[in-house]
Amino acid sequence: MIYTLLIVAYLVSSVLFILSLRGLSSQETARKGNVYGIIGMAIAVGATLTVPGVDLYAVLVPALAIGAVIGWLMAARVAMTAMPELVALLHSFVGAAAVLVGFASYLDPAMYKGHGSGVFLTEVFIDVFIGAITFTGSVVAFLKLKGKVSGTPLLLPGRHMLNLGLLVGSIALGVLYVQTGNPFVGGELATEGLMWLGIMTALAGVLGVHLVMAIGGADMPVVVSMLNSYSGWTAAAAGFMLSNDLLIVTGALVGSSGAILSYIMCRAMNRSIWNVIFGGFGTASAAPPKPREGAPGEVQETDIDGLLAELLGARDVVIVPGYGMAVARAQHAVNDLTQLLRDRGIRVRFAIHPVAGRLPGHMNVLLAEANVPYDIVLEMEEINDDLPRTDVSLVIGANDIVNPIAQEEGSPISGMPVLEVWESDRTVIFKRSRRTGYAGVDNPLFYHEKTRMLFGDANDSVSALVAALRARAAGG
Amino acid sequence: MKVGIPKESHPGERRVAGTPDTVRKLIDFGFEVLVERGAGALANYPDPAYEEAGATLVDGADIWTAGDLILKVRAPKDLEIAAIREGAHLISFVQPAQNEELVRKLAAKKITLIAMDCVPRITRAQKMDALSSMANAAGYRAVIEAAQHYGSFFTGQITAAGRVPPTKVLVIGAGVAGLAAIGAARGLGAIVRAFDTREAVRDQVKSLGAEFLEIEIEEDGEGGGGYAKVMSPAYIEAEMEMFYEQAAEVDIVITTALIPGRKAPILWEKRAVERMKPGSVVVDLAAENGGNCELCAPGEITVHDGVTILGLTDLPSRMATVTSQLYGTNLTHLLDDMGRAEGYHIDLEDEVVRGAIVLHEGEKLWPPPKKEPPPEPEKKAEPEQAAAPTPPKVAEPTPPATPAKPMFGKGAFVGLALALVWLGLRFGYTGEMTPPMEFLQHLTVFVLACFVGWQVIWSVTAALHTPLMAVTNAISGIIIVGGLLQARGSWDTPSALLGGAAVLLATINIAGGFLVTQRMLKMFRK
Repeated sequence: MIYTLLIVAYLVSSVLFILSLRGLSSQETARKGNVYGIIGMAIAVGATLTVPGVDLYAVLVPALAIGAVIGWLMAARVAMTAMPELVALLHSFVGAAAVLVGFASYLDPAMYKGHGSGVFLTEVFIDVFIGAITFTGSVVAFLKLKGKVSGTPLLLPGRHMLNLGLLVGSIALGVLYVQTGNPFVGGELATEGLMWLGIMTALAGVLGVHLVMAIGGADMPVVVSMLNSYSGWTAAAAGFMLSNDLLIVTGALVGSSGAILSYIMCRAMNRSIWNVIFGGFGTASAAPPKPREGAPGEVQETDIDGLLAELLGARDVVIVPGYGMAVARAQHAVNDLTQLLRDRGIRVRFAIHPVAGRLPGHMNVLLAEANVPYDIVLEMEEINDDLPRTDVSLVIGANDIVNPIAQEEGSPISGMPVLEVWESDRTVIFKRSRRTGYAGVDNPLFYHEKTRMLFGDANDSVSALVAALRARAAGG
Repeated sequence: MKVGIPKESHPGERRVAGTPDTVRKLIDFGFEVLVERGAGALANYPDPAYEEAGATLVDGADIWTAGDLILKVRAPKDLEIAAIREGAHLISFVQPAQNEELVRKLAAKKITLIAMDCVPRITRAQKMDALSSMANAAGYRAVIEAAQHYGSFFTGQITAAGRVPPTKVLVIGAGVAGLAAIGAARGLGAIVRAFDTREAVRDQVKSLGAEFLEIEIEEDGEGGGGYAKVMSPAYIEAEMEMFYEQAAEVDIVITTALIPGRKAPILWEKRAVERMKPGSVVVDLAAENGGNCELCAPGEITVHDGVTILGLTDLPSRMATVTSQLYGTNLTHLLDDMGRAEGYHIDLEDEVVRGAIVLHEGEKLWPPPKKEPPPEPEKKAEPEQAAAPTPPKVAEPTPPATPAKPMFGKGAFVGLALALVWLGLRFGYTGEMTPPMEFLQHLTVFVLACFVGWQVIWSVTAALHTPLMAVTNAISGIIIVGGLLQARGSWDTPSALLGGAAVLLATINIAGGFLVTQRMLKMFRK
C-alpha cells in the first residue's frame, strides 16, 4: 500500500517539475513555475522519507538541515554578477552526489536482490562515470569563472588522443568491473570490482577536468549548460540504477534542458557542439590575428560631455551590454542612465546577444536586477532590423558580439550572427582597454568612422554620464 | 517650346496630364504651356488656377495644332490623331503591345511617341514611374470602393447593441497596388491577409500589419522588373486550394495580380466566389486585362450569388485630383531628365528614354533591344519601394533557425534510444537474472521524459535562460532521493554513510537552486 502511495507521490512531483519548467516560458508565469518546483521537491523528499527502512532520521534530518542552510546562505549572498560561478558550483554538487549514490548502491547488498547484476552494474558504471565528469568539470568551470584558473584554453599536445584514451580506458575498466559481478556472492565484500570502479572514477574525473580546461572563457555559456545537461543525465542514470522513475523523469527533463541550451548557445556562435568541446577555440586562431587590409585606422575617442550632447540629441538609443558590464557591475548605473534618458522622452532599448555574458540569459538577469523593465530588453533578432534607424548605440563591455568581421569569410568567428550596431548613426564603445575580446579577433568596429571610444571602467563612465545628466536636469 | 495639355476625351476619364502645380514647374523649366479650356475641371482644377500658374488657355481642338509636345493621360483617339500636328511629340500611356493599330496610325504622322507605361523600372526612373503612382491610388481606391459596397464596419466593435466582428480582407498580389490596399484596409481597422508568389515582399506585407499567407511549395515567383513570373502547375493548384479555403473566411477580396504583356491569371475562381458569404465584395484590379476573378466583367459591377464583383477599370480616374497631380509630377520629372526646355532632345542612349520611346519621328523603336539585365539595379527596382513605408533590405542573411532544431533532436534521441535498447538486450539476456522487462519499462519512461523536456524547454523565453538553469539545477537535486534510499539500515555500513553524504550535497543544491531562482525571478518586472 505504501508503495502505491509512493508511486502516486512521485507521479505528482514529476508533473509539478514539468509544470515548473513550463512556467518559465514567460516572465509572468515564471515565479509560479518555481513554486511548483519547490512543491514537487518537497513532495518527493517527504514521500521518500516515509519509505520503510528509511528511518535514520537522527542523522538524515541534520543532514537535510545543514545542507539547506548552506544552500540558503550561498544563494542569498551571491551577487547577480557571480551567478555563473554559483550555477557551476551547484552542478558539481549534483555530480558528486551522483558518484556517492553510485558507490553507495554498489556497496549495498540489498540492491542485488531481484536485479540482473549485469544491468545493474552497468547502470552504476554509467551513473558514476557521468557523475564524475560532471563533478570535476563543474569544479574547473567554477574556478575558471571565478578567475582562479586562467580563462585561456589549456591545449595539451595530443589532447584529442588523451580524451579518447581516457574514454576507452574508462570503458575497459567498466567491462572489467562488470565482469567481477556481485561483490557479495562470497558473503564477504570482494574488493576487486570496487577497485576497478574507483580507478574508473578517477579517470572520468581527469577527463572532466581536461575537457573543461581546454575550453576558452568565451565558450563558458556552452560549458555551463552542457554540465547542466550532464547533471540531468547522471540523475537519470541513477534512476535506472535504483529503478526509480521519478529520478529518470527528472533527470531526463534537466538533461534535455541543458542539451537545448547548449545547442542554442552554439547556434548563436555559429559553431557545432563538437567544435566547442574539442575545438578549444584557439587552434585556428592561436596565431595572432592577421592584420586587416591596410593598417588599422586610428580609433576616435570621445568624452563624457561629447557623448552627453549626442545622447541628448538622440531620439532612439540602443544599449548593447556584454560581459564587461557584468565585470564592472555597471548595471545599476546603466539603469539610472536609462531612466534619465526615458524621462527626457528618448526611446531606450537593450539589445541582448544570445551569448552575451557567461551564462545563457546572463544579461537579462543583470538588467532585471537593476530594475530595467523587461519589455525594453530585446533579443538580437528582434532589434537588428531597427539598428539602422537608431541614433546612438552604446556598446558596454561587449566586443565579439558586435564584431562586423563575423560577417566576412575567414575569421574564427565567421558566420556568427552579430548585432549590427555599425548600422546606427553613432556607435559609442565603453571599453577598459584596446584588448581584443575572448575570441582573440581584432574588431574593425573600433576603427569605424561612425564609432567613438570611451575608454575607462564602464561603471565609472556610466556613472559620470548619469551625474552629468542629473546636473543638467537640476540646472534647468 | 510649347507644351500642350488637352482635355481627356475618353468617356468617364477625369484625370488630366497637368495640374496648376506641375504647370508652374514646367514653366520654370522654360516651357510655354498651353492648356485646353476645361481640361482640369473634372479633377477639380479650374481654368483660372491654370491661368494663375502662367498657362495659356486654348479652345477646343486648337491645342493639337498649337503644341509641339502634347502631354496626355490616355492614348489619343482617332479624332485626336487626325488633329495632331505632323512631327509633334506625344507623351502618354500607350500600351504599345496591345495597341499596334494606334502606333501605326501615329507613325504615319511622323509622331515621336513616349509611353509612360514603358518607363523602365529602375532606381533612377522611380520618380517617373507613373504606373506605380496610378497603382498606388488604385489600391487605395479599391478598398474605398469595397467599403462602399460592403455592409459592415471594417473595424470590429463592441457596442451596447451587440458585437460587430472586424472585416477580413484578403489582398492577392502585393505589388504597389496590393500594398496600398493593405495599408488602406489596415487603416480602416480590418484584419488583412495578403498573398504573393514573391518571397521578397513578405517583410513589406508584414510591415504594414498584414498576415502573409503561405503555400507549402517552395518556388519563388520573382520575375524581374518587380513583377511576378508564371508559376508551375503544381504551385498554381496549391494556390487555388488555398484561395478556396480562404473564400469561406474573408469578406473582401482585392486581386491585383498582373504579369506584363499577358492576360491576367484567373486566381479567384467561380467556386471561390460561390463559397463567399452573401454580401462579400470582390474588387478586381486586373479587370482591364481580363480580370483575376473568373466572374469579373471589366468595367462593370456585377452581383453573383449575393457577392458583389467590382470590375472597375477607372479606379485611378476616380481619384483624379491626386492622380493628376502624381501623373503630372512624373511627367515633369521625365521632362527634367530629358533636358528641360532648352536642352530638350531625345537621347536614345538614355536608358529611361530608350525604354519608353515607341516612335521616333515615325520610326518604330519599340520594343527596346533586350539588355543584359544588370542584377543590382534589377533588385532595387522593385516597384514596391514606392509604396512600402520601410524600404526593404536586400539580401539579408538570417540564420535558418528552425530546420536545424528537429535534426539535432532526432539525431540525439534516436542515437541515445538505440544505444540503451542495445545495452538492455545485451545484458538483459546474457545476465540471465531478470528479463529485460523492467529495464525496458524504465527506458520507455526515460525516452518519453526526454521528449516532454524537449517540447517544454523550447518554449522557454531566452531572457529566462539563467533562471531556467538555476531551477533545473535545483531539480536535478532530486538525486537526493537516491541518497535517502541508500541511507538506511545502520550507520556503520559504507553505503549508508555515502548515501548520507549525498543527501547533504543534494540538499545544498536544492535549497540553493530554488532560492536563487526565486531571487532572480523577483527582479524581472515589466
